Order: sequence, then C-alpha cells, then structure tokens
Amino acid sequence: MISEPETSISTATDADIYRAIVKAAGTGGYPEHWQRLQQNLEKMGPRVHTRFREAQRLLRENGAIHNVFEQGNNTRAWQFDPLPLIFSVAEWAHLDQALIQRAQLFNLILQDIYGPRKLIENRLLPPELVFPHSGFLYPCADRSFVQPQQLNLYSATVAKGTDGNFWVVDDHVRPPFGAGYAMETRVIMTRSFPQLFEGLRVHSLAQFFRAVRQCFNQLARHNQEDPRIVVLTTGPVDPDYFEHAYLASYLGYPLVQGGDLVVRDSCVWLKSVDGLRQVDVIFSRLADDDCDPLELRSHTGGGVPGLLQAVRRGNVAMINPIGSSVLANPALMAFLPGICRYFLGTDLNMPSIATWWCGQPRECKYVLENLDRLIIKPIQPLSNLPQTTPGQMTSAERQRWGELISANPRLFVGQEQVDYVAFPAYEKKTLTTRQSLVSLYLTAHNDSYLVMQGGLSRVAAAGDNLLVSGQRAGSIKDTWVLTLEPHQQVNLWLRSAADVALAPRFVSLPSRAAENLFWAGRYAERTEQTARLLRSVLVKLREVKEFNDPDDHLSLNHLLQALTHVTLTYPGFVGKDAQQKLDDPRAELLSLIRDIDRPGSLRSSLRSLGRSAAAVRDLLPEDAWRMVDQMQSWNPRVGRALIGSGRMYDSVQQLVLQLSAFSGLAYENMARETAWLLLNIGRRLERALNLIDLLNETLVPCYDSATEARIMETVLASCNSLVVFRRRYRSFMQLSPILELLLLDENYPRALACQMRQLKKHISELPQEANVPTVGQDEAIISTAMEQLLATDHKALIRQISDTGTYPLLEALLADQKLRLQQLSDSLTQLYFSPTLALQQFGSPLREMAL
Amino acid sequence: MKYRIRHVTRYNYSEAVNLCRNETCLLVRETEHQRCHNSVLQISPEATDIHERSDFFGNRRTHFAIQQPHDTLTVTAVSDVEVFPRAYLQKPEQSHPWEEVVEMLRTQRTPDIVAVMPYRYASPLVPLLPPLADYARLSMTPGRPLLAAAIDLMQRIYRDFSYDPASTTIATPLAEVLEKRRGVCQDFAHVAIGCLRSLGLAGRYVSGYIETLPPPGRERLIGADASHAWFAVYLPGNGWFDFDPTNNHQPLEQHITVAWGRDFSDVSPLKGIALGGGKHQVVVSVDVARQPTPPLLLQQQQQQS
Repeated sequence: MISEPETSISTATDADIYRAIVKAAGTGGYPEHWQRLQQNLEKMGPRVHTRFREAQRLLRENGAIHNVFEQGNNTRAWQFDPLPLIFSVAEWAHLDQALIQRAQLFNLILQDIYGPRKLIENRLLPPELVFPHSGFLYPCADRSFVQPQQLNLYSATVAKGTDGNFWVVDDHVRPPFGAGYAMETRVIMTRSFPQLFEGLRVHSLAQFFRAVRQCFNQLARHNQEDPRIVVLTTGPVDPDYFEHAYLASYLGYPLVQGGDLVVRDSCVWLKSVDGLRQVDVIFSRLADDDCDPLELRSHTGGGVPGLLQAVRRGNVAMINPIGSSVLANPALMAFLPGICRYFLGTDLNMPSIATWWCGQPRECKYVLENLDRLIIKPIQPLSNLPQTTPGQMTSAERQRWGELISANPRLFVGQEQVDYVAFPAYEKKTLTTRQSLVSLYLTAHNDSYLVMQGGLSRVAAAGDNLLVSGQRAGSIKDTWVLTLEPHQQVNLWLRSAADVALAPRFVSLPSRAAENLFWAGRYAERTEQTARLLRSVLVKLREVKEFNDPDDHLSLNHLLQALTHVTLTYPGFVGKDAQQKLDDPRAELLSLIRDIDRPGSLRSSLRSLGRSAAAVRDLLPEDAWRMVDQMQSWNPRVGRALIGSGRMYDSVQQLVLQLSAFSGLAYENMARETAWLLLNIGRRLERALNLIDLLNETLVPCYDSATEARIMETVLASCNSLVVFRRRYRSFMQLSPILELLLLDENYPRALACQMRQLKKHISELPQEANVPTVGQDEAIISTAMEQLLATDHKALIRQISDTGTYPLLEALLADQKLRLQQLSDSLTQLYFSPTLALQQFGSPLREMAL
Repeated sequence: MKYRIRHVTRYNYSEAVNLCRNETCLLVRETEHQRCHNSVLQISPEATDIHERSDFFGNRRTHFAIQQPHDTLTVTAVSDVEVFPRAYLQKPEQSHPWEEVVEMLRTQRTPDIVAVMPYRYASPLVPLLPPLADYARLSMTPGRPLLAAAIDLMQRIYRDFSYDPASTTIATPLAEVLEKRRGVCQDFAHVAIGCLRSLGLAGRYVSGYIETLPPPGRERLIGADASHAWFAVYLPGNGWFDFDPTNNHQPLEQHITVAWGRDFSDVSPLKGIALGGGKHQVVVSVDVARQPTPPLLLQQQQQQS
C-alpha cells in the first residue's frame, strides 16, 4: 500500500495521495480545498499523531464506541480518522437538492401507504411490499388514526462512484439515527484538530439541530409555547444509548424509558419526582413494534401500554410516526424511479444502488444466477440469516441462500456492489486511501426538508466492504461541507449551540433518573469507602510484615473484619474459617479488590456506579461521566504474592484519587437542582451507613490501651481524619474526642452529624407532591435521627462497659441511627422513585374458551 | 333469526392491579347477512377513557382503562342481532376455477381487489408452511371451481382433524396442529386460511358465535356456550363466502359474526396490559339465546348443509 507503519505524515507517498484526491474530486483537477488540507496537515507535522491519540481517547471516553453494559469492548471498536471528507460548494448543492427530493418522496410514500394506497392501485408499488411487511402496522392504518403521517427525520447513506456521481446505498427512517455521532465527531475534530480547519470555510451543524427543535416543537398539539418533549430509549443496554443520551442532552430534552411514561386519560405522562407531567412529543428511539405492548407485537415487553391510543386521540406526537418502519425496506429502491415520476413528475435527482426485488420472477432469476456478485438483503428484519460476503460464498452457502430466496422470494433483494471512491484516510500513523460512505441527515422543515450541512462518514478497513459489513465496521470521520459565506466559520458551531440550548427553566426529573442518581451517589461513596479501607489495610499489611508487632497484627485483624462488615461480604474475615483467612488474608483481599462478580468487591461496586451513572449520563457533567467511564477499566494486575507490595497500594491510591475527582467534578459542576440533591443524598446516606458500620466494628469493643491506640489510628486513617484529629486535639489517641469528631461534629464533613444535617437540608429542598399519603415522612425520619444525635453526650457513650467487653450505649446509638437511615432510604424510594411494577399481558389466549 | 348474546369475561387477580388498559373486539359488526340492533359493553369496576373505533378491518374495537386499584375485572358484551338467511346464490360448481381467481388477485388492482390483499399473505399466526400447499392441492385440483374446492377443503379438514380442546393452546404453532391433526375451531380456521393463501387465494378469519340450542330430537352442535371461529374465501365479483370446518357446513342463520381479520391475533375478543396483579385467572361464559320470532324451518336448513 502506501508506506511503512512508522513513517510520519510528511514523508508519506505523496503521489498516491495526490492521485486519490484527484480521483475523489472527480474533476480531474486538484481542488483548492484538498490542497489547503494537505498544507494544514504538513504544518501540523508529527503533532497529528498525538492529536489522533487524544481524539481516539475522547471518542472512547464519551462512550461513542463502547458501552459499559456490553461484555467485552471490542464489538464496537470504531477508529477515529482525522482526515475529513470534504464536499465542495457545487457538489453539495447537487446533494442537498437530491436528498430533499428523496425525503419528500419517502414522505409521500408513507402517507400513501397509510392513506389512499394509490401507488398499489396504479401498480407502482407491489402490494407484497406493504401488507405483509413487518413494518406495516395495521393498528396505525385505520381511519381513526388522525395523526398526520409526516416523516420528520430521514437519513440516507451515499457513496461516490468512481465516475464522480453519487448513489444512495441505504435509506433510514428509524433508529439508529446517527446525527448524534456526526455532532460528536465534529466536536472532537474542533477540539483536537483545530489547525486542519485553517483557511477552509466549513458549515456548522447547529442550523440543523435548530431546525430539529423547531420541527419537534411544531408537532405539539397542546402547550405550543412550552411543549414537553422527551427522548424515549430502551435504556443503557441499547448499543446506541450513547447517541440517545447525547441527543437528549444536546437538545435539552429528558431521556426516558418506557417505564417512566404512563398513559392516563389518553394522554402520556412522565413520572417525575414532582408528580406526573404531561408529555406532548416523543422522540422515540424504540423499534416501532416495541412502542405499545397493548396493540403491537412487542418483542421486548417494554414500551408504553396505551401509547397508540394517545397518538390516535391526537394527544401526543411521535417522531418518526409509528408505522414508518414500513419504509425500512431496500426493495423500495427498485420502485422509486416510477414513484418519483408519479408523485413529482420528474426523475430522481440521485439514483439508488441497483436493486433487484426477488418478488418478481425475472428479477428473482437474475439474483439467483448472480448470488456471487450481489449483496443479498432481507426486506425486513429476519433472524438466522447466514452471514456471508458476496464473492466469497462457499457452494453450501450459495445453496442455502438459493433455498431461502426460493422459499420466500418476496422477502429478499439483491443489490449491486458499486465501485466507490477511495478518499484520503489516516490509518496506523500513515496517510492512505480508503473507500468511504457518508450518512447525511434531514429534518422536516417549513413544509419541506432541511439537510444537515455535514454528516458522518464511515471508512472501510483495508479489504473490507462497508456495504456488506454494516454500520459498526471501520472508522468514522468528520464530513465537511464548504461554504462561500464568510460568516459560516467553523468554530461558529460553538456559539450557535447556545441558541439551541434550552432556555433555563426547571425541568422535571424523571423518577427513574432520580433513582439512578441516588444510587450513583451511594455507589460512588461505597466504592470510595471500600477503597479507603483497603488502602489502610494494605498499609497495615506492610507494617505487620516489616515489624511483626503483635499489636499490629491485632489491629490488622480488626481492620479486616471491619472490611467484611462494611462491604457486607460475609463470611469473609468474621465467619467460620475466619482464623485461616486472618492468618493469610491475601486471597480474600485479592478477591475483594478484583472479583467483579462478587457483590461488595471494589470492582463490583465500581461497575454498579458505572451502570447507575450511565443511566443518567445526560444529567452528569461531561467530565464527571468521563471519570466514571475511565474507572471502569480499573483492574490492578497484581498477583497474590505481591498484594502487600507498593504496586497494589499505588493502584488503590490512584482509584481513591479518581473517585475524589469524580465527586469534586459532580459537586463543582452541577446546578443545585433536584438531580444534584439526589446524587448528594445518596452519597451522604451511604457515608453515614458506612461510618456506622465501621465504628460499630472497630470502636464498640474495648481494648487494652496499646491496641486501642493502633485501632483508633487506623479508624481515623480510613476516615481520612488522622490529620484533622492530630491538629485539633494535639493529644494521644483517646476514644472520647474521636467520637466527638466522627459522630457529633456537624461541621466536619466526615462526621455522622454532618451527614445528617446535610441530608436534612437536601431533603427539605426536594420537590414534594402534596397528594401522596406519605408526604413529609422522609423529613420526619431525618429530624428524629438528628435530634437523637444532638442530644448525645460523647463522654457518656463510653461510661458503661458490658460484661462482654463492649460499650453498650455507643452500640445502641449506632444501631438506632442505622435503623433510621434505612427507614429513610425506604421512604425516599416510595416518595420519589415509584418502582416500576411488572407489566403483565393477558387476553390473547382465550384459548380454552374458544371452540 | 333474532338472538341475544351475552359474552362475559371475568379476570380474578391474586393481587390488586393499579392500572390496566384493554382493547376489546366484542361488539358485533353489521354484515350483509346480519343486522346488529344493539351491542353494548358493561365494564366493572367503572372504566375510563372508553373509545370505540372502527379498525382496519372494519371491526368495532373498544379501548378502555381502569385507573383505580382492582382485583377483578368483568367485561360483559350484550348484543341483539338479527341474522338473515344467506342467499348463496352462486352455485359452487359455477364459480370461477380457482386458478383464474388467483390470477385475478395477482394482476388486478381494482379497489375491491386491493381491499382483500391483506388476506393473501402470511399473517402473525398463519405462516405459509409448505405442507399447507400440499394439503390444499388435494382439494384445489386443476380447473376446479373455487367454491366447490373450498367446500371440499372444509369437508377434508372436518374429516382429517380431530376436535380436541386439550390438544392445543393458542401458543401451539400451526405446524404442530398440522402434524398432530388435532385442534379446535381456531386451528381449523387457521389451517384452511393457510391452505388458501399458500396457493395465492384470499382467506380470512371470522370470529363469532354459533347457536347451540338443539332442535328437538337432534344432537347439539359442538361448542355450546363459547366463541366460535371459521373461515371465508374471496370470490372476485361475488364477495366473501363463509365455511365452518368445525361443523362441516356453510353458515346459514345460526352463525353470528362478531369480527374478521387475517387471523385470531387481529380479532382477539379482549386483551389487556395490567400493572401488577400477581397471578390471574380467567373465566369466560357465552350465552346465545334465540329470541321469539315467527317459527322457522330449522329442520330443512340442517338438511341443506
């Protein structure tokens, strides 16, 4: 190919690149903008490599190319290619017009299919592509379905042929949308490669998103001035969850799941912490079938029962309209030219890739005879299809395909593999050329459509064919549309984005988001607490090894036992085989650090934090999310023998710092709204509970004075309070001042009283829904706990000693406080989180009763 | 013939249901052969959000919700229906050969033909399995008039399949029904529809009731007090013709049509989604009572079939 992997940009084989660019331009010349890009690249020199690594990291961290819910990270290993695909002004003018025509055409087809069906009557569309197609939804086709079937969003994937002409290879009307990825790619480009834009006038993407917002707003039947719009997602398990969260956050809409919405009185309502809020428009990222389990054949059991009825009554609008999946059918391409002439009286401005629908005998014969050369696609989602590459089929595969097609010809199309242009690309530190496809996005706008002036380009890996390998393969790159207008400079998108952002107003927090924030707070604290305690244990482990002091042994044992209690990883260091484990704690410690499937282990808590945070990533500050995401890969590779060495300590220490950074970022960057309150309530509650468990295990038993001093020192260390204690009390370790500091000091952020005071304050600030019977219960519980704590005299707590050698008054206080905190957690769950009840479906099988 | 039909569906839940939404297809539609004088739903506890509409197939579909906690749900449909004798003017032997009908359906695009297209393809409960076509061809012999062939198909299903309510559930796929040759009225209707569609004909699923009052000295028809189902085939220019493979005759005055669709899934009498509820138990009862009318020559009609 082009050059050795280690060769830098400046010495790449210029001639090859030059040829590619000339070919890409399609005019035989060397266009100015490609020259300019090349100059910009040369100016950057070796910095391209470092910036490339940064961009790749950003892409990964933002979650665009990996998902915390997926097993293994390699399934979506998109690479970033910093070389943009550039469209000249003239080229774009043609594309823009052709795409608008195509969107209008699909809109007309949709309206006809769910309306008069003239296309069928006039033989322009075979009925087999409509009535038995899985995307044609009969409940949406009855006359009572008043919703105008306007296609709101449309996207086309386009290839540039070697002759310079463009071809549509794919039409999209349903998720994945992709515009979010396009935006993300542009953000990364402007951040990591601002130099490449120099001297080039590139259109911003902001105008498109403004139009999207306008389009959504206009769909609201009620509440036009301030419509409530939500983004409906399957949740973090969805491979495109990144885009859902990204779009929700960029457009300023709440991100919700089916369980967050409920239909009452034929309207859709969002369950939020301050009660039910009516929803006017739903930007749905669910498959059509999954939207309403009452009327449609839901595969996931998700969705919102009654949603179709709400749409039918005109009380909520869906984007795209439910039923548009009938357009997700590659066979339509074969009939578009005729349909275009019928509806618009002109020819298609841009051809589709050649398509043969097997429902026609002649076409079917052609496909069967040319199986090797064609790309075979089903016209609707089908499971269990063989995975094959055209031209590389074995004879058994050929036979299998032949059988499949012959058994159900109407379900398949054959498409030609077009030979499309290779554009300059960056791969493994070198410039090379790779075939690229570009996805372009349109939104309904003022009775027509508006095209995003940019897009998402995908680059095939060497020897790969994107037409075959699909959405997830290869690299992604930015797409630049040049403009003559001087004011449309590249960095304008940042400024324009401000217009797009939502005007400040209180946005209700969905109950599920509230619950996830609460748990993100709790898991963040739990992880931090476990990490701190482990850090103390590791220090003690080294001391024991070095000095072999029996007192050190004893305090190590207590710390280990505290670890079991705090992490709830029984039997651990307190069960039957405890002595054996205390004698050699290394295996158990290693498991508590690394065993991700063991509840209570450091990595398990870390993963729980990741999942809760992922579910609300649209609400977290970008950097805070990034920090959580980064920590997901934390996994110290230290063997059992080396657990007492500095390496494990350093690893845990690094995690403690990252966790602190996360709390700091969340604390510093979130507005003091409900979301922040819940995150903090979770954190305070967990810290209080952890502290109680730790004190109960370590300070309730009485010791001889030497041991006591060591234990107290470890307790203070694991509470991060050693320095404060020494500075404040300047004395030897004594129990009573320690209790004063850790239990009763309202102003010390690690003390129990401080957690209680904060909890009380935050809870009083939460929105309240007055007609819930248990309203105010949470405040009552925390007030009682607070009063009990304030009435406590720390010296009195250790006056009595029981026969078993414990401080019973301290023990009783801790038990009381713990109980109240648990009650508080339950009360919050009831008041704000409205746990989703299981849906059950009945009725289809009235079997036993029918003849 | 006049009938009053009472169709009661009762759900008992082990735990309270907070909210449920339901769709019924219980109200009786008008057809060429029947007039519906009155058809009403009674729902207990009190329902809200009640909306009736005409669905894609022209059936009367009712949506309702119960928005308060409840542990039983009773839906009663009461209908007064008058069924007229079907003319069956078309002599079966004079109908078009079935191949001609297939060709007309395939090539013509008149509004009538477009309207029956949904009934020509595989549907959720009726996949077009290869054995269906094989089974159908024994009745659809070359050049045979469509209605004569359909009567033969009905008779063969009646003979070849055992009526056995214990053998299948609604989840039993058509393939298994075909293999075991056992089932209930839904299965027989689905088999027949699958046969018709496999050859390119239009077949539809009809749900309704059958009068079970036995004439003196005669055996009761199978299916006392229950919903019933049968199939219909489309003959261009003449419309739909009904056939009841469970009882081996063409419906006359004793079949009351409620709704039709591509298969059972389009006309499920009552379906719903409940939030909560634990386990549920369902009891259904149907009562078809003949209303006083001038005496009819029932005896004679039975012999005709």
